[in-house]
Amino acid sequence: MKWILKNARLFDPSRNLDIISDLLIENEKIAGIGKNLSIEGASVHDMTGKLAVPGMMDMHVHLREPGREDKETIETGCKAAAKGGFIAVACMPNTNPPLDDLSTLHYVLNKSRNAPVKVYPIACVSKGEKGEEISEMGKLAEEGAVGFSDDGKPVKTAELMRRAMEYSKMFDKVIIDHNEEETLAQGVMHEGYYSTLLGLKGIPSESETIAVARNIALAELTGGRYHAAHLSSAKSVDLIRKAKEKGVKVTAEVTIHHLLLTHESLITYDTNYKINPPLRTETDREALLKGLEDGTIDCIVSDHAPHTREEKEMEFDLAPFGISGVEILVPLLLSELITKEKLSLKRGVEALSLKPYQILGLKQPSIKENEPANLTILDLNASRIIKVSEFQSKGKNSPYDGKVVTGTPVMTVLNGERKT
Amino acid sequence: MTKDLLGLEETSEKEIRFFLDSTETFKEVLSRPIKKVPTLRGKTIVTLFYEPSTRTRMSFELAGKRMGADVSNIAVSGSSIEKGESLKDTIRTIEAMGTDLIIIRHGKAGAPHLAAKTTNACVINAGDGAHEHPTQGLLDLFTIQEKKGKIAGLHVLIVGDIAHSRVARSDIWGLTKMGAKVTVCGPPTLIPVEIAKMGVSVSYDLNSVLSSADVIYVLRLQLERQKKGLFPSIQEYIQYYAITKERLAQAKTDALIMHPGPMNIGLEITEEVAASIHSAIQEQVFNGVAIRMAVLNYLLGGKEHEVDS
Repeated sequence: MKWILKNARLFDPSRNLDIISDLLIENEKIAGIGKNLSIEGASVHDMTGKLAVPGMMDMHVHLREPGREDKETIETGCKAAAKGGFIAVACMPNTNPPLDDLSTLHYVLNKSRNAPVKVYPIACVSKGEKGEEISEMGKLAEEGAVGFSDDGKPVKTAELMRRAMEYSKMFDKVIIDHNEEETLAQGVMHEGYYSTLLGLKGIPSESETIAVARNIALAELTGGRYHAAHLSSAKSVDLIRKAKEKGVKVTAEVTIHHLLLTHESLITYDTNYKINPPLRTETDREALLKGLEDGTIDCIVSDHAPHTREEKEMEFDLAPFGISGVEILVPLLLSELITKEKLSLKRGVEALSLKPYQILGLKQPSIKENEPANLTILDLNASRIIKVSEFQSKGKNSPYDGKVVTGTPVMTVLNGERKT
Repeated sequence: MTKDLLGLEETSEKEIRFFLDSTETFKEVLSRPIKKVPTLRGKTIVTLFYEPSTRTRMSFELAGKRMGADVSNIAVSGSSIEKGESLKDTIRTIEAMGTDLIIIRHGKAGAPHLAAKTTNACVINAGDGAHEHPTQGLLDLFTIQEKKGKIAGLHVLIVGDIAHSRVARSDIWGLTKMGAKVTVCGPPTLIPVEIAKMGVSVSYDLNSVLSSADVIYVLRLQLERQKKGLFPSIQEYIQYYAITKERLAQAKTDALIMHPGPMNIGLEITEEVAASIHSAIQEQVFNGVAIRMAVLNYLLGGKEHEVDS
């Protein structure tokens, strides 16, 4: 099958490519790039005004399967990801049972074989996410685990983190930590003026920075690779920046929510804003955005955390943390940051199309002849209303319901095949 | 104002003044031999208490009954919600029985807000976690005004566990809106972060702020806080923060002593102080019924100012 994307703006920061051109896809590959391509038998898709970038990846999602299929399944989560403009996701292992052995790894890989996005499982650092013994990292890595994390919880002890970072060097896999000093993190929102006003128990920024500092020190000690999950505070950004300057093997991510929202959003006790790490201050939000622009923070994630309606419609203290976000990350990024010129298009695309692959040691998609055709096509001008009722995800827990966004993904291409 | 009374933060100075003024009228009703008016006849009020309470629940019940409303009381043990009984379902059930107004007390901050969103009935927050207790705040304001003749310009000192106190928050909003100067005082571990932004001064040294206080508002100390390591021992707390006869002697001669109850006599306050001529603690309880009549009248009585006699 041959098809042509006609007159698209082709944008690939890894190659400094930014041209308006046609793109021919044939046999899973990009078979040609050039003006006025005309190939016999090829179907033509007019892409005038659209932007084609290397296929995007959300490297932090929770697909909930196995164990909590009432919240999400691999099928619904992958459909949601594809609709959100992604060709790939990395899923976190805090399922039930946790993904800490080959049988669960194979289950996830088998279930996602025909999904509209490529699923890269992240396996547990510790057996059962118990924070005691390291999992069989070698076997897991050989069979397809792309990284290790006890996400949902921090890697419990400094000793365990040290051993995990050391051992993972055998396979050059990254250790992703949910950075949290648990004794300081017994609250439900950021500790600050609004937690005082609302009478809710706070989580100080230091619960994160202490963990980030620990992990940087251990990455330096061991020479292992450390990826800081969902940064939330200005102080953590500073620590990562300094560590990178020193040459420590550290990378970092931020969620779209921490780039857009602050703790003030919690003023009505709306549990859709309850996430962990919590939304923090405007100073933190600005520092995260700056860190993303200057490359201190490598990538943007959704931390897609679907929950049932009943679970979220609870007293604030009792509702679970998280936002169902994989479908709206890209629209929000385009609408609120790129179009409004708060973040450059180059960094926005790098953060989703290139960096996640680099961090996880995967081949990054490239808009180049003879490369596999892995693309996300964006329309920066299309406006629409976010409606949770239209989510593919089972999780309707989102604070953005009813929000008007300008800019949205319109097509994904995975190995030459159109998925959305 | 909406259909609900959820906190004094969102209540305007004008509304507070209206509550205080109409409380005078209801206090007069309570002084009659037959303490009853038919203003709320035919209205149904439910008290839904997820935490134990003596004075607040009874005070609301009496306020409703003295205005002719039908009042039902539901007590729910704190544990049953965590076993899966949802607040939303409970509220919907209560509404389905034709309830006009629900008074809710809950250990979790924000629970009355969830209830208010769920139902068309009016909701009064009778205390939610460490957030607010607006009718306590109003009765404290009324008591101060009654005893001192004014609120504006007074210096009110709130002493104790500010961090976990819903009374402190409602009092702070109410007092600052009415023009009082407020100082909160307690050990730093019991003072929440950035509370100064609410418009109060913060002190850790009780002795240095006692002498300028017109009102000393003593908060109940919950003993479980000591187990959580927020202060080292009861004895040490008493040494620094208990309101004793000796400390009262340092205060103004007309300083008012208040406490939201129930008191830990011999801990945050001594028997002598609680029973002294400075104490307005009994008046607070007495005024509680009248202020709640004023609030019920405002929310259910078509916002009418007049009381039928």
